[in-house]
Amino acid sequence: MSTALEIADLRHQYGTRESLRGLSFSVGAGDVFALLGPNGGGKSTLFKIICTLLRPTSGAVDVFGVDAVRDPARARRHLGVVFQHPAVDPWLTVVENLRTHAHLYGLHGAALPRVIERALERFGLTPRAHERVATLSGGLRRRVELAKALLTEPPLVVLDEPSAGLDPVARRDLLQELTRLRDDAGTTIVLTTHLMDEAAVCDRVGILHEGRLVAIGAPDALTAAVGGDVLTIECRDPERLATDLGDRFGVVARVVDGRLRVERPRAHEFVPIVVEAFPGEVQTIAVGRPTLDDVFVHHTGASMKVLS
Amino acid sequence: MTGHAVAALWRRDVLRFLRQRSRVIGSLGTPVLFWILLGSGLGQSFQPAGGSTDAGYLEFFLPGTLALIVLFTAVFSTISVIEDRQEGFLQGVLVAPVPRAAIVVAKVSASTSLALAHAAVFLAIAPIAGAAVPWLSLPAAFAVLLVMGVALSALGLLIAWPLSSTQGFHAIMNLLLIPMWLLSGAVFPADGATAWMQAVMAANPLTYGMTALRAALDGQLASALPTLGVMAAFGAATLIAATVLVSIPREE
Repeated sequence: MSTALEIADLRHQYGTRESLRGLSFSVGAGDVFALLGPNGGGKSTLFKIICTLLRPTSGAVDVFGVDAVRDPARARRHLGVVFQHPAVDPWLTVVENLRTHAHLYGLHGAALPRVIERALERFGLTPRAHERVATLSGGLRRRVELAKALLTEPPLVVLDEPSAGLDPVARRDLLQELTRLRDDAGTTIVLTTHLMDEAAVCDRVGILHEGRLVAIGAPDALTAAVGGDVLTIECRDPERLATDLGDRFGVVARVVDGRLRVERPRAHEFVPIVVEAFPGEVQTIAVGRPTLDDVFVHHTGASMKVLS
Repeated sequence: MTGHAVAALWRRDVLRFLRQRSRVIGSLGTPVLFWILLGSGLGQSFQPAGGSTDAGYLEFFLPGTLALIVLFTAVFSTISVIEDRQEGFLQGVLVAPVPRAAIVVAKVSASTSLALAHAAVFLAIAPIAGAAVPWLSLPAAFAVLLVMGVALSALGLLIAWPLSSTQGFHAIMNLLLIPMWLLSGAVFPADGATAWMQAVMAANPLTYGMTALRAALDGQLASALPTLGVMAAFGAATLIAATVLVSIPREE
């Protein structure tokens, strides 16, 4: 499989604040790749660098073999960009916006009306084609945004928090649409998100924390690497129980978000042991399969839910 | 490809401007109102030093009003770059495979076209207020207005590009652009002004545009070509400066 995006030792500094501290990873062509992390973890900076809006302090970004840092103009031809905030003109109609975008990407001539028509159909915008974007709802505007970015069939589409402000149904539709795009046209998709369930349905996930990539891989592989199950215990004094569990059973227990967290294979067998060993201490105890949040906790010691 | 991109951005700017009715009223209505009120109010009590005495202020102020229309239109239109930045449209353009110079050319040509269209509308209605319009001199006058339009649009873009709010632009407009117009010979001739003001007026590039415009309307553009040259040189300088500024990568 060829590489769509290759990032090597990428660093970025805003004044004295290091927002990216040496990132390296690659995204294969045809992958749906999620950059997962809490707000402030460096996702937005990385997004801006990939879409050539921001120059990194050092490091390399390669888009289909084009050096996007040295030759941003050429890299832009391979990129479709969807910003978190809409980049459409509210005073123009849906069709006018799409046409302007097509012309900016060198798409014009006799074939264009058909291309626009298809995009309108695909995103269910045909009935609103000649309405000004300002009159559309937030969800519809986002669809215009997507229709626009995908109009010119760019091989790499990057999206910044694409599901921000969408209801759960619209979010599911969006992900289905992106997956369909990958299946139909082989488009590579890179999106940033702070939502675990969104990242979980992507092919691969890179977890960003404080400007570093703490884990990367398929969601299943990442969760499998956590080590069996995750035991979550609510109790009166988590710190003391953590110490006691360590002393008596030799397990590593972390206090995360006021609760005790233990990673352990066949954790259900451990439940009665803990409850009986510390009578009256345990208030609730739950066994679960690890999620991407557990992967995040495993690598950083903090919960993404709390950080976001 | 760049040609299509420029045309697309031009069309979008013009459509957007025309759809914002308050903007059309502001950039065309305000100068026209100034012209009618000042022109009729001062009427024959205005006696320019060394000027012909039979023409009233309405006639004297007509070229100045044209310049104000060009200034207002250019300014309102380049202000849209700040809105483009706030609304997000601009970042979409910045990540498109379009040279930065295309953005400048599109912006400047869109606001210049709007300025010239507004000037034409004004000249078409000016006779209603009783002003004599020298129809045969208009091609030459529009050539001057074109140069003025490009220069003021590029200047507007140069000012607007680094700003993140339109409030900032209005401050600069009141402190720089309006005085620039007031001291260009648009409202009163330099001849009767005090020495220091004459010096300021001589240093103002728009003064040369105004001189050329008056000459063109009198059918004497040939004699005013050097002054038009000064205005054109200023226009070229601001255009280059705007292109350089827009090409500098900045943190969006």
